[in-house]
Amino acid sequence: MAADVKYQTHEYDVLVIGAGGAGLRAAIEASAQGARTALVCKSLLGKAHTVMAEGGMAAAMGNVWKEDNWQVHFRDTMRGGKMLNNWRMAQLHAQESPDRVLELEEWGALFDRTKAGLISQRDFGGHRYARLAHIGDRTGLELIRTLQQHAVHKGLEVHMECNIQRLVKDGNRVSGAVGYFRPTGQLVVFKTKAVVLATGGIGKSWKFTSNSWECTGDGIRLALDAGAELIDMECHQFHPTGMVWPPSVRGILVTEGVRGDGGTLTNSEGKRFMFNYIPDFFKAETADNEKEADAWYEDKKNRRTPDLLPRDEVARAINSEVKAGRGTPHGGVYLDIASRRPADYIRKRLPSMYHQFKELADVDITKEPMEVGPTCHYMNGGIRVDADSTATCVPGLFAAGEVAGGLHGANRLGGNSLSDLVVFGRRAGLYAAQYVKSLSGKLTVDAGQVEAGVQGILRPVQGKGNENPYAVHADLQECMQSLVGIIRTEGELKKALEEIAVFKQRLGRVTVEGGRAFNPAWHLTLDLLAMLAVSEAVTRAALERKESRGGHTRDDYPKADPKWGKVNVVLRRKNDEISVSPEPLLEMPDDLKKLVEEKQ
Amino acid sequence: MAASEVTMRVWRGDAKGGAFTEYRVQSQEGMVVLDVIHAIQATQAGDLAVRWNCKAGKCGSCSAEINGKPRLLCMTRMNTFTPGETITVAPMKTFPLIRDLATDVSFNYEKAKTIPAFRPGPKEPDGTRRMFQEDVERGQEFRKCIECFLCQDVCHVIRDHEDNKPAFAGPRFFMRLAELEMHPLDTHDRKELARVKAGLGFCNITKCCTEVCPEHIHITDNAIIPLKERIVTEYYDPVVWLLRKIGVR
Ligand SMILES: Cc1cc2nc3c(=O)[nH]c(=O)nc-3n(C[C@H](O)[C@H](O)[C@H](O)COP(=O)(O)OP(=O)(O)OC[C@H]3O[C@@H](n4cnc5c(N)ncnc54)[C@H](O)[C@@H]3O)c2cc1C
Ligand code: SF4
Ligand code: SF4
Ligand code: FES
Repeated sequence: MAADVKYQTHEYDVLVIGAGGAGLRAAIEASAQGARTALVCKSLLGKAHTVMAEGGMAAAMGNVWKEDNWQVHFRDTMRGGKMLNNWRMAQLHAQESPDRVLELEEWGALFDRTKAGLISQRDFGGHRYARLAHIGDRTGLELIRTLQQHAVHKGLEVHMECNIQRLVKDGNRVSGAVGYFRPTGQLVVFKTKAVVLATGGIGKSWKFTSNSWECTGDGIRLALDAGAELIDMECHQFHPTGMVWPPSVRGILVTEGVRGDGGTLTNSEGKRFMFNYIPDFFKAETADNEKEADAWYEDKKNRRTPDLLPRDEVARAINSEVKAGRGTPHGGVYLDIASRRPADYIRKRLPSMYHQFKELADVDITKEPMEVGPTCHYMNGGIRVDADSTATCVPGLFAAGEVAGGLHGANRLGGNSLSDLVVFGRRAGLYAAQYVKSLSGKLTVDAGQVEAGVQGILRPVQGKGNENPYAVHADLQECMQSLVGIIRTEGELKKALEEIAVFKQRLGRVTVEGGRAFNPAWHLTLDLLAMLAVSEAVTRAALERKESRGGHTRDDYPKADPKWGKVNVVLRRKNDEISVSPEPLLEMPDDLKKLVEEKQ
Repeated sequence: MAASEVTMRVWRGDAKGGAFTEYRVQSQEGMVVLDVIHAIQATQAGDLAVRWNCKAGKCGSCSAEINGKPRLLCMTRMNTFTPGETITVAPMKTFPLIRDLATDVSFNYEKAKTIPAFRPGPKEPDGTRRMFQEDVERGQEFRKCIECFLCQDVCHVIRDHEDNKPAFAGPRFFMRLAELEMHPLDTHDRKELARVKAGLGFCNITKCCTEVCPEHIHITDNAIIPLKERIVTEYYDPVVWLLRKIGVR
């Protein structure tokens, strides 16, 4: 080994990779269970993508609608996910999220209040009752700051701006991780008995995305390399409402809270077009006229407005309106709250949307409609885990938060992610700590695997080619946007796979100049390894599922097919190849089946 | 507005030294300064160091000094400058430089550790916690803070006086203290801490922190001044002082 590849070493029981809501909650729990725990993250603490979450976190607390309970939340989640969900995760999530919200309040979170002084809850797509605990439209910031302050207070060890590139195993068990510190380029090896992956989403492979730069899917790459499985990767979520103008901000999210608080979607002819896109599956519970839709906000005996159908439905509808020539000048549709709610109310309920449009687009949302269109948003699938323990099939490897799959099935309901983070983040920390206690014998960190990890990290700074990582990234985003977007066909997906193979070769030719201290070209090159793994996984899964369901729409198979409704598409890496196989869903117990099938 | 060429002067260097480098780049309609920095990275200087995460003003990562003013790179529109004007981008001055536009902000993370956490009193008899919207609103204003540390950067107490840093927590953390003080459920008393260890006395209410806050939080009027007033009443009001001495609250 060259003299400059010396590395730091640290030793822990549980290493949590990722400091978004899921990672923070996992680390707090593991540490509370007595495990020596450390948290690593690619950015500074408090900057993870979770900070951007806006609308709220779903929990059937019944503060606004007494009729609400976990059974209804469970039903909404399963139906929103087109029944592909892991039912046990959906059950645990619905049962435990109220306690997790209250726990945040115990730790200092200041949620908006009801008149009775309890935590207020707002309407969101696919939820039968107003269910989202929120703080204006900056719920993610409150969640992350509360957990961060709690963790700091508990003395949790945090390694910031540290990027993990490889997991190390002893036999089939996890025993360590290799990475580097971004500011200095210093290499680091963690010796650890368990790892919790909480690395978040994958949106940076697409051109128009609501995701922050960190969402490169590192956890997906780490999991595949370590032998874990992925499910439902084809069901990627495109959020219906991202900004479309000006070009440089295209993709930035416009919270569903705008529609939850009364905003409606209209086309260039001024029509509320969502009434034309109500699928049979949701007919019984969706209003078919404007009067009933508007009355629903105040009285839940009315059926829900179609503006708040699940996200996959709304995103496809907007796509169709624009294609049919009824779009706005910049290729979106209108989202109008200005003509429906008083200016004061809008500024109070949606302060950061007001600010965002004013500063970035010169639009006053209390006076004019917004222009919006679909944007790449959320990984519905992810690493396959056991519902109760969040364990993957690799001993010692756990996963929680957006990087884990199962809870959301083919489509996530808004607000179900923030609650997912704390429900399963806590479980990951708990079960990782338990696993550590049950371990016997010594774990070794294999020098050969460490060396391979180190060489992988250093390759771009020692390379000889002349490829530019920024160009590879831009071309990958173009490819995924145009070939693996909302609407897919076999021909385009195959073409995408060919292009991804070429990007892999190009990435091997990248040479980075400027040394190892805080060098973004180097960071991007390494992040691209994950983005390419993610892109390939999504594309292969999308080729496999020959039907349309939730976030996955095939132009060549436009209908849902009951046969495909019984399986998850599972991915594994074998000898450097990603293999794909449909595997049966977990069988749901009869009492839960009944809940889901009930009409209203 | 079509694409136009702009001249950017960007600080390049590290703790050992550096200089401004000029770049000429295309700016497209609607762009913010961060977009232009990214364009420089993609085409001319791949290793130009800059922090950012959300590009939507929500994470507080992209703090820098633009034409001498502490600002978020992602919330500064290019069309706010006069056409033809050279735009200077420098790292925050108050914190040690790592490289180019990235600084070592660990000062702030260390200060955060010194503040005792929220400690609520007992619950209501029915097991709930009741707070009313009016009561949480004051705290909510402060919790909009995205920890960009621009207020810390601009505050003259530490900007020009490295030696004040150990004894001064800075406006962001005065605000955190005020937030906890005003939390309807909290039971700690942090006034002594604010006065002695956090160095509230150094602040002479110049309001520079409030002016640069991208979240438009009224740091001085709503947090610092009320906090100072509480301390004054408590420590210098002889009646309050006496009652404290004899244990009456
Ligand atoms: C604009 C926007 C609004 C949203 N609004 C809502 C909402 O209202 N309600 C809701 O429920 N959901 C919402 N979501 C979705 C939700 O915010 C995310 O799904 C969720 O925050 C993901 O959290 P996480 O903890 O899984 O990961 P993240 O918050 O993405 O954190 C990932 C962490 O992993 C770290 N990491 C990644 N790779 C590595 C590596 N290789 N080494 C070390 N560390 C690594 C990162 O640094 C980071 O700390 C929204 C999303 C967006 C983009
Ligand atoms: S008001 Fe006080 S804290 Fe704010 S910048 Fe001036 S001296 Fe610093
Ligand atoms: S108070 Fe304002 S300026 Fe200071 S760190 Fe928070 S957001 Fe930034
Ligand atoms: S990048 Fe998040 S505030 Fe600028």
